[in-house]
Amino acid sequence: MNIPQVDLYAILPVVVLCVFGIAIMVVEPFLSSKTRAGSSALGWLAFAGTLVAGAAIVPMHRHAGQSYSGLWIVDDYSTFFHVLFVLIAGMTTLLSIDYLRRENMNHGEYYALLLFATAGMLVMAGSNELMMIFIGLEILSIGTYVMAGFRRTDLKSNESALKYFLLGSFASAFFLYGVALIFGAAGSTNLISIAAAMSRPGMQPGLVYLSAALLLIALCFKVAVAPFHIWAPDVYEGAPTPITGFMSVGPKAAGFAVMFRIFITAYPMIQDRWSEIMGVLAALTMILGNVIAVAQPNLKRMLAYSSIAHAGYITVAFAANSQQGGSAALFYTLAYAVMNLGAFAIVTLLGREKDEKVKLTDYAGLASKRPGLAALLSLFLLSLAGVPFTAGFAGKFFIFRSAVESNHTGLAIIGVLTTVVSFYYYLYVIVQMYMREPGEDFSDARVTPAIAVALLIAAAGTVYLGILPDKLLEWTTASALHLLN
Amino acid sequence: MNVELDKLILTIVTFTPALGALALLFFNRQNARAIRGFTFAVAVLTFILSLHLIAHFDSSRSGFQFLVDVPWISSAGIHYHMGIDGISVYLILLATILTPLAVLASWSISDRAKEYFIFMLVLETGMIGVFAALDLFLFYLFWEVMLIPMYFLIGVWGGERRIYAAMKFVLFTMIGGVLMLVAILALYFMHGNATGQFTFSYPVILAALADKMFLITPQQELLLFLAFFLAFAVKVPLFPFHTWLPDAHVEAPTAGSVLLAGVLLKMGTYGLIRFSLPLFPNVSHLLAPIISLLAIVGIIYGALVAMVQPDMKKLVAYSSVSHLGFIVLGIFSFTAEGIEGAVYQMLSHGVSTGALFLLVGMIYERRHTRMISEFGGIANRMPVYAAAFLFVTLSSIGLPGLNGFVGEFLVLLGTFGASPVHAGFAATGVILSAVYMLWMFQRVIWGEVTNSHNESLVDINGRERLTLLPLMILIVWMGVYSNHFLRPMDTSVANLLSRVQSSQSNDVRRVERIPQ
Repeated sequence: MNIPQVDLYAILPVVVLCVFGIAIMVVEPFLSSKTRAGSSALGWLAFAGTLVAGAAIVPMHRHAGQSYSGLWIVDDYSTFFHVLFVLIAGMTTLLSIDYLRRENMNHGEYYALLLFATAGMLVMAGSNELMMIFIGLEILSIGTYVMAGFRRTDLKSNESALKYFLLGSFASAFFLYGVALIFGAAGSTNLISIAAAMSRPGMQPGLVYLSAALLLIALCFKVAVAPFHIWAPDVYEGAPTPITGFMSVGPKAAGFAVMFRIFITAYPMIQDRWSEIMGVLAALTMILGNVIAVAQPNLKRMLAYSSIAHAGYITVAFAANSQQGGSAALFYTLAYAVMNLGAFAIVTLLGREKDEKVKLTDYAGLASKRPGLAALLSLFLLSLAGVPFTAGFAGKFFIFRSAVESNHTGLAIIGVLTTVVSFYYYLYVIVQMYMREPGEDFSDARVTPAIAVALLIAAAGTVYLGILPDKLLEWTTASALHLLN
Repeated sequence: MNVELDKLILTIVTFTPALGALALLFFNRQNARAIRGFTFAVAVLTFILSLHLIAHFDSSRSGFQFLVDVPWISSAGIHYHMGIDGISVYLILLATILTPLAVLASWSISDRAKEYFIFMLVLETGMIGVFAALDLFLFYLFWEVMLIPMYFLIGVWGGERRIYAAMKFVLFTMIGGVLMLVAILALYFMHGNATGQFTFSYPVILAALADKMFLITPQQELLLFLAFFLAFAVKVPLFPFHTWLPDAHVEAPTAGSVLLAGVLLKMGTYGLIRFSLPLFPNVSHLLAPIISLLAIVGIIYGALVAMVQPDMKKLVAYSSVSHLGFIVLGIFSFTAEGIEGAVYQMLSHGVSTGALFLLVGMIYERRHTRMISEFGGIANRMPVYAAAFLFVTLSSIGLPGLNGFVGEFLVLLGTFGASPVHAGFAATGVILSAVYMLWMFQRVIWGEVTNSHNESLVDINGRERLTLLPLMILIVWMGVYSNHFLRPMDTSVANLLSRVQSSQSNDVRRVERIPQ
């Protein structure tokens, strides 16, 4: 019998995250949650887990190539997403430490689920095979379903979890149908084998198109691209704030990561159609997300719609269907993660007991009471809007550049015009913070070391990527190129 | 001449205010005195540094000077590319001279002074950057980033309807600006695909266009022109895109109005001269009649509306619409006189209107109203103020010997060469400006004190005199020795015109030059 060689290095970050997740559950009973140190120890342990996982990416990257009988692939593209997901997990952990203590739900499962969900995202990014992608997707989804409902006594949180679970299950079913159909047509679920089978004579195009459509619908659901976005606002609003932040950047980026890989690698014959479809979806998503966000009185909900809009921008880059487009999309996922988690850090901090203070009017006068926090939130919002010298602007610029390059000028115009709409609602938060009288005292919102570190990373990243985007752009260009070849 | 310094000086001038803003972050927010003192020092230092530009500017050379060109985002062909010519050098100086005066005018700001002065300095960096940038991407960056400090200045420290005004200002300017970004990208790819060199460098793209290294179809040129034009027309603001201006001006704090009218509006006309005309000469000629018509409508409409304003600040704001119409008219006359007059009028309007807003701000600080009907007989209580007001009023209506006259005269001269009818209609704007300005002056300054609130007014103090003095000196200087300012522009303007007209040589509608 031929036992395939086990290449642990290729999956080291996933292993690290799982080990830490299990360790957290094992350690929890031995820790006293009464003391401050005891209650935040699990969080810091989880954070350490993300750091070690981040370090583990380095040896993984050295083992480039396929392994596990072609199930797993390590390339620049998967490495990029590994880094992104670990970063997201680390920052989410930092946001959660004080949040969980404040909301009296300091349970180890939370961190364990977060690490497992992250492991799921890494599996999605590194898989070269549809069933593996599905497994990653499920690991991620199940973790997120539970985390969304983690505020057990809160009705909204329950609603959020249930909605996400029901609709998410539908999406998973779509995905599986798509996999089944393409397996029937191509005789394999390996992305490269599928591509090879496509060019064989006697291939039924109907099955190919149908499977592509089903996969596309499932993934569009996961990334909340219109018209598959309806679930997002309710789910985002009800979930615990750090998890909302996590969901708006992590699963979204993971969805885009596999979407791009599947359609580029396995479905080369439908590239032209794919570009058209993505163009329509992008336009629809940008318009709907931005226009509806204008009318939201609740900041979490507003950020939910804005995250739909941002998914639209990323879709523009996919519609461009070029190396520049791929590069811009990758750049944007990272830029968006940094600035959006920064915004969520402050929303988490100012949410206070039971996440009650999340209305826009709750931010009235923040600038005169807490000028530092107001300035930081302004920075993140302006970056989300796309003001020059911020990560958001650089990201949008690269996306629109790829659109114009590939003759999707119309999409670029829709993109920039909807950006103007987004200025309205982002600036409206700034209006509240700077131009209204303070309605309350913000002194009970304490900036703890964990939040401070998260804010520092987010702010530094937002400014750095805005002023010197070159390094990251080179990296994302190389990553996208790798996939396209 | 120090070559090293010449390479650095533009960067130093541009970013000194930004560094100052960064330093302000570390000031104690309670210590408003130190904050504004420091801001003033930084602004004055920037002004002194910018004097180097004019002192070492070689007016005989065509092309850009003090060039700096460093790769920035090299994978996208974006360079940190700056340089100035005889037109932008004055606009930079205008920005650097108005900023310290605006700081002086903000002496009484005590509410969140730290943020206020940080925004002020960031705004200055943005303004200088717009005039210095030669990379289209960089230009766009400065163009957009400036909105944010101005938004805050209006929205936080403005009047009653400040939030509405600030939002309107940002959204109007954004809508104009974003399409320019798409146009810049389109130009970038057209040039890149044709020449293989992907760059945002304005001189490179311009040279390639002039050498016919890549061709733009008339339809593409029209679309590109419109995308750029919309951005500039909103900023100018050209009728009918002007509606944001009165709101923004009325609600902005004095310093905001000064910089808005003095410098920000000039970014629109500067954009027309720098980008629209040379990049798209054919469409510029084609659309010149329509644009001139809009400019003339703006001149007369602005003046008529100014006449009936009960609010002094709103009156000055509408007079800006009228004056900026002159500038656009001069630019689209395609004559050397018209364009030089337009640039001159840009500087002159910055100085005069800046001074007018300062004066309105001074009386507003005393009485907390700007309604003309609240005043009367101010000369009896504030003689120095009244004298200064008269002086600036006369400069604004274009009294010969003061700055306003030179620009208006040159514009009318240039326009007359292109179209006597246009010049005739535009000239009515000159008359109307005398009507509304003098009428306001009469109602506010002369007569007996009828309102008892005005009995106790005290005349302007030393700081306020110091704020006005530099502008008044400039008013006389620009009025008497106009050649000091005009001659360094000659080469740049001639250079521009040759580009605009050379591509136009087979156009029947060719503009005749008036013999000088």
